Amino acid sequence: MADLQSLDIRRRSASTETPPQIRQTEEVAKLIDVSRCIGCKACQSACMEWNDLRPEMGYFEGSYDNPLDLEPAAWTVMRFTEWDNPATGNLEWLIRKDGCMHCADPGCLKACPSPGAIVQYGNGIVDFISENCIGCGYCVKGCPFNIPRVSAADHKAYKCSLCSDRVAVGQAPACAKACPTGAIMFGSKSDMTTWAGERVEELRTRGFEHAGLYDPPGVGGTHVMYVLQHADQPSIYAGLPDNPKISLLVDAWKGILKPFALAGIAMAAIGGFVHWVVAGPNEVTDEDEVKGRSVLAHGGETEVSDERSRAP
Amino acid sequence: MRTPPGSLSRYTTAARLNHWVTAACLILLALSGMSLFHPALFFLTALFGGGAYTRAVHPWIGCVLMASFALLFVRFWHHNLWLREDNTWLRKIRAVLANDEESAPEVGRYNAGQKLVFWSMSLLILVLFATGLVIWDQYFFGYTSIEQKRVAVLVHSLAAITAIMVWIAHVYAAIWVRGTVGAMTRGSVTGGWAWRHHRKWLREEAASKARHAGE
Repeated sequence: MADLQSLDIRRRSASTETPPQIRQTEEVAKLIDVSRCIGCKACQSACMEWNDLRPEMGYFEGSYDNPLDLEPAAWTVMRFTEWDNPATGNLEWLIRKDGCMHCADPGCLKACPSPGAIVQYGNGIVDFISENCIGCGYCVKGCPFNIPRVSAADHKAYKCSLCSDRVAVGQAPACAKACPTGAIMFGSKSDMTTWAGERVEELRTRGFEHAGLYDPPGVGGTHVMYVLQHADQPSIYAGLPDNPKISLLVDAWKGILKPFALAGIAMAAIGGFVHWVVAGPNEVTDEDEVKGRSVLAHGGETEVSDERSRAP
Repeated sequence: MRTPPGSLSRYTTAARLNHWVTAACLILLALSGMSLFHPALFFLTALFGGGAYTRAVHPWIGCVLMASFALLFVRFWHHNLWLREDNTWLRKIRAVLANDEESAPEVGRYNAGQKLVFWSMSLLILVLFATGLVIWDQYFFGYTSIEQKRVAVLVHSLAAITAIMVWIAHVYAAIWVRGTVGAMTRGSVTGGWAWRHHRKWLREEAASKARHAGE
């Protein structure tokens, strides 16, 4: 999928150009209300249909998760968790639709070495531009949510595009369109946040006192947000990170190290040049040659006196 | 190649080929690695046929380097054992840098600077190879965790930068100390070069030559 003309680019991987700033693009968000999800996987089917994806047929592994994990051709996966609530003694079904969170501060984009292989549109969608992808897997290392998958078939990384092509022409993502319970909502980020607030209030009145919105500030907020019944412990939802942020290792690698490395290498080269200018070449003199020849002639044993070495 | 009269053989043909294969690999690795390290250098991928080709070929060159350097290591390690006089030589480094080697102790086959280059390259290439395998996702993705890969990619780039700096020192020293490049191209150095820079080695070579002549 190429860059979409109708969407301004706010950030572009491995690039320095200034993004267009005249148009004010409304930030969008997908709101996934986990408390309303029934785990039907209509969203998975809709995603496959709209994006022409056919993940490989897998095997039953004793879980409702199908496929078991995100794949290059499976951009969203329902993750089923059976959770014993210690407070109530109830068994709760926590069904989380996993996929790209479209971070405001995307670790994948930060890590990507290929100019324009990952872009962030003005509306907040983070998109992989496959034609620029070189298949290095740096995005996998950059992502705090373990989302991108590199295909063994074409060595390109894939993930949810938030149906950027649909959004560009004013349509909701395929998953949101297909959801039968309204658990997946799509709209402007501010509308979705307001709506989530109402849902959270409602859940609290129904006894979920820790209900809340998952919009983690560690990555600047996300453009896919969850309403969680237990927002105080996101990790019970199949390992949703409690406080995701770009790894310090990735930060160092992609931040401070780059200028320091270039400076270090330049200093080494400049250091050599300056030494050449100051000290000059270390040249073998004729005298050295005479001494060398003499040592060779005398089997290294005797060092000849200066008078003799100067003699022809 | 035959050693001209009045000269000493410093490197065999096999050792020279071995060295230049290693050198070529190291240069190609530096260019391809730097292209994926800094966006300003991404244009270097064009030398390798584009980004995807660069990504694919870089680790294979790394394998050739590892094999080639391992041979080089077997050839040279015993010449690079650290001696007491190497410390003394290092203390005289200012004089050596000012082209005055007379005030430093006589040097054997390699001086302390050369030994440092040898050992740091040995260590760095080993680290680069090991961390490189960890981030060679095409074949080894499943063997390590993402967190381990993050550590590996950071260590890999740090080691690479250090190796490039050591390499610059190595190349500059070869240019600065005249007559040195010939040791690696033609295999021989003049007696005067040996007298000036590696006097102890010259005496040993001369002595062994005399012994062979006497036999």
